[in-house]
Amino acid sequence: MSQDPQATGENSKTAALPYKWEMVVDLDRCTGCEACVVACHAENNIRISGEEEAAEGRAINWIRIERYWEGDYPDVKAKFLPVMCQHCDDAPCEPVCPVYASYHTPEGLNAQVYNRCIGVRYCGNNCPYVARQFNWFDPSWDEPLAEQLNPDVSVRSGGVMEKCTFCVQRIRSGKEAAHKEGRRVRDGEITPACVQSCPTSALIFGDRNDPDSRVSHLKKSRRGFHLMESLGTHPAVTYLRRLSE
Amino acid sequence: MTDRPTVWEEMPRINRDLLSPLQTTTWTYYLWVGVLSCFVAAGAGAWTYQIQTGIGQTDLHHPIFWGSYIASFVYWIGVSHSGTFISGVLRLTNAEWRRPVTRIAELMTVVALLVTALFVFYHLGRVWRFYYLIPYPNQRELWPNFRSPLMWDATAIFTYATASTIYIYLPLIPDFALARDRIHGWRKTVYRWLAIGWHGSQAQWRTLETAIRIITPLIVMVMISVHSIVGFDFSMALVPAWHSTIFAPYFVVGAVHSGLAMVLIGLYVLRKVYHLHNYVRTEHFEKLGKLLLVTTLVLAYMYFAEQLTIWYGKVPDHIAVQNSLLYGSYAVPFWFMVSCIYVVPLLTLVWPRFRQWPVGLMMVGLIINLGMYIERMLIIVPPLAHPRLSFQWDEYFPSLIELAILVGTLALALLLYSLAVKFVPVISIWEEKLGKKHAQEH
Repeated sequence: MSQDPQATGENSKTAALPYKWEMVVDLDRCTGCEACVVACHAENNIRISGEEEAAEGRAINWIRIERYWEGDYPDVKAKFLPVMCQHCDDAPCEPVCPVYASYHTPEGLNAQVYNRCIGVRYCGNNCPYVARQFNWFDPSWDEPLAEQLNPDVSVRSGGVMEKCTFCVQRIRSGKEAAHKEGRRVRDGEITPACVQSCPTSALIFGDRNDPDSRVSHLKKSRRGFHLMESLGTHPAVTYLRRLSE
Repeated sequence: MTDRPTVWEEMPRINRDLLSPLQTTTWTYYLWVGVLSCFVAAGAGAWTYQIQTGIGQTDLHHPIFWGSYIASFVYWIGVSHSGTFISGVLRLTNAEWRRPVTRIAELMTVVALLVTALFVFYHLGRVWRFYYLIPYPNQRELWPNFRSPLMWDATAIFTYATASTIYIYLPLIPDFALARDRIHGWRKTVYRWLAIGWHGSQAQWRTLETAIRIITPLIVMVMISVHSIVGFDFSMALVPAWHSTIFAPYFVVGAVHSGLAMVLIGLYVLRKVYHLHNYVRTEHFEKLGKLLLVTTLVLAYMYFAEQLTIWYGKVPDHIAVQNSLLYGSYAVPFWFMVSCIYVVPLLTLVWPRFRQWPVGLMMVGLIINLGMYIERMLIIVPPLAHPRLSFQWDEYFPSLIELAILVGTLALALLLYSLAVKFVPVISIWEEKLGKKHAQEH
């Protein structure tokens, strides 16, 4: 977008700018504990898949920890890579949807309209991050688990695509609270479930258009890179390289 | 001039021969239709079950979001190219030998297109919301997204279905008129309605010939664009080994390859069942065999160009897909496919003696179609199974529900064709007569 504060360098204009949500993943801090995965499931009413479905490759995870092995035995190291929807500025999933179910919000979120989705699954093919997850069946929760569903998040029916929203419900309520007080959202005020639950603070979330936010500083780090940057998708998730040991 | 009476004497025999499938039906036909209907019912049951319980009844799982339904969609569109290619291109080039082949091929086009459309519906996650794909005015002012190759595809197929229906209908008008005059009962009314007052005046013939001359080049262009767009469905995506410029022309040639092979099968079966040996002669099989040899060579050339580019470039994302084909988890179907669509046709069709053996040609046609079906699967599945993040690599094989739907749909195509044979003369009667007259004059 043209309203990039780093490009204009005018901080006074910040108040007029829209929010641009950004996440930073510090690979040096990630221990692969998967607390983020559990928190995401609880927050976003993600359907629970049993062992059998998971073996079929149908377990739905909006965020997952990919584990890669580096080196040969006995000098083996496990590398962990948390992957979620990268909320690309040039998202490959958006133009291919025939019904506009996948679209871009002015705040840089890549949104999925569940009610509009008819399940052609082209977006899933075209996402190089394999971030998009499909509901192969209607969801179900054993009693009394259905009682703990998050009322702020819609439950998706079978046959529709879904994926990480950056916890858009939390962004909404954070913005509303700030709006009532007539101010901008403060840095750190909004935390998606994964960010909140990360014990090592490997995940950081904030507004890219606020030049003083933590993500704005971390983004400029020399350790920063984007996943598959060469594809030109301009992700809103910045990864920080591991420090060499 | 002494020959002239013999041509006119032949006319009643041509009428009799070619209208006989419409007038007499044997018990084996009813048995065949009955068996097919059972398969169709089983397929319909499987689809109903899939709709009720969820698209998870397939073996699809992420990252393999497309599978046998899309492969079948591509395959059946390919079959539908038989009609337009054979009859369109041969009409354009004024090839005399086309006459007994065109109608058989055009019928395949229409039937295959109807079947193709079904696969779109099988594939949808929420098929009951299919109308979101149609641009209809609504209060929310929501429209389909014309940037999506799938919308291009839907538009192209709708155009193709409309155009090919007109294309098969125009040369049918004089034949409908003939049927109207020869057949009694309730069908006479239908034929009268379809013949739209044809009485064979000079003016009518002129109009008909002009209309055919106009639509023929158009349908050939539509045919090329339709399968290019089917290729675009894949090549527009970022998926490794899909994102390739050769896809559009490769898909067109691949479609003609399987389409021609299907026409050979159709010719052989119809000739045997309805004793059309006087019309469909060895000469026709031979010419189609030659055309098939050409498509084999062109397709092999394109495939080689595509694979060599990937192999030499050694881009990791792409080479992972190719390795899985050449000697990885998809090697068995891959080499089987290569033998079916390139090696076998090449080794057999180059022999002039082989091209004069209808049974052999029919079998090559079957082998090519089997191979092309596998080829469609191999275009779709291995690239999706090897996304750039290797943590997500996976495999896929169609589930029983998918197979039941695929078999049921094949049965539906055969059933529709069998029913059409009882309603439409499979060889264009007036064009056959015209051909006889031309042969006599020259």
